[in-house]
Amino acid sequence: MAKVIETRDLAVAFGKGDSPNIVFRHLNIAIEEGEFVTLVGVSGAGKSTLLRVIADLIPAYEGSVKVETEPDPGSRPIAMVFQAALLMPWRKIDANVALGLEGINVPEALKKERVERTLALVGLGDYGERWPYQLSGGQRQRIGIARALAVEPDILLMDEPFGALDAITRTALQDELLRIWRETRKSILFVTHDIEEAVYLGDRVLLLGDQPAHIVAEYPIAIDRTERRESEAFLKKVDEVKAGLEKAIALTNSGDRSA
Amino acid sequence: METHLLPPPSTIPPTLLSEIKTGIWQSMVIASLRHYTIGFVVGSFLGVTLGVAVALFARVEAGQAWLARVLRPIPPLAWIPFAIIWFGITETAAAFIISIGIFWINYFTAMGAVQAVDKDLIEVARAFGHRSFPALLRKVILPGAAPGILSGLRAGLGQGWMTVVAAELFGIEGIGQRMMEASGLLATEVVVLYMFSIALLYGVSDYVFVLIQQRILAWQR
Repeated sequence: MAKVIETRDLAVAFGKGDSPNIVFRHLNIAIEEGEFVTLVGVSGAGKSTLLRVIADLIPAYEGSVKVETEPDPGSRPIAMVFQAALLMPWRKIDANVALGLEGINVPEALKKERVERTLALVGLGDYGERWPYQLSGGQRQRIGIARALAVEPDILLMDEPFGALDAITRTALQDELLRIWRETRKSILFVTHDIEEAVYLGDRVLLLGDQPAHIVAEYPIAIDRTERRESEAFLKKVDEVKAGLEKAIALTNSGDRSA
Repeated sequence: METHLLPPPSTIPPTLLSEIKTGIWQSMVIASLRHYTIGFVVGSFLGVTLGVAVALFARVEAGQAWLARVLRPIPPLAWIPFAIIWFGITETAAAFIISIGIFWINYFTAMGAVQAVDKDLIEVARAFGHRSFPALLRKVILPGAAPGILSGLRAGLGQGWMTVVAAELFGIEGIGQRMMEASGLLATEVVVLYMFSIALLYGVSDYVFVLIQQRILAWQR
């Protein structure tokens, strides 16, 4: 399978001058086409930062990010879903979903159709004419997902998209995301601090830790998705990742070993 | 009670009738409206434009801070001698005085409104491909700052009427001039009539403004 994202010895630093604050360094990850990868890690290790550098919102300090997708003039290669829905409050729902379509070369009628189709895909087909404030938190988060899907990206970057939701809504949206993923076969890199969520959703779980951070462990999840949530194997995997995270936290706190 | 201390309300309608019959009321109101409109448009436009620009460009902001601190506390009326020297006893001079107060209100509110725009929304716009400055300005910064800018414009609407009268004190035709004349003759009923006229004009303009504002900000709860 082809790699859609590959980082080589990637580092990101904030602050300029002689002693920039290195967030992570020597970070190497590769995401295969159609793969669902989840990323957990020590807080402050730069999970969100990694998504931002892949999305080219912030520059790399060292190393490189390679994004390889089939170029299609009617789509954007990468789309992002944020932790807070971050809808533009002055745009109606359909205009929010259309945000990424503005500026790409797709006929207006087709754009409209895409917006409607994506809204239906997240189960909010009748909400196009409403204002964001008229929606609940969970609904707004779905619109954030629809906005990303509308640009028909090859890669979906998701930054703790369900972190702020109540448990029931979160579970529902996780299953909805899996359904959408099965239907559209996007490559997904999904950041979360919830280990059960990471194991439930991912084909693979990556663990980010140490100081400066890098990928300290990787857990392939070979459990059938219908068997997850409750099965023995699933719970064992969750414990394994939890133990790994605890080790990573201890490693991170064991002192500044930055080069 | 002596009627020149506070004219009885019953004197206002006949005064209004006679002022209308002689055509004075109409010409004073129209003249003042003209100064007011010019001053409002110019002051608001410059205030909003410069306020937005200063908020967007950090280097300009550092340069303007002290200039603003020096100029801001000077009351519009203190500019009257310069207005006369620069523009003569003209309508432009009155409009200039009116525009000064309106300018500062809009300048500071527009600057604050732009600075308060949610940075996360700017990141969202960039993530969805809108990376050029004009695109960000159009899609995020201006709509995000709109509520603040509009409340600045509304405050300027009232501030403008407060300066209209004073700006006409030095002999430019309008409500202020008529009020000065009348108070010189202790014709307090005429003064009160024009006070009410100003209140009416302000009330109508503010009412219309709020209607427009609600339309523009329909997206707010």
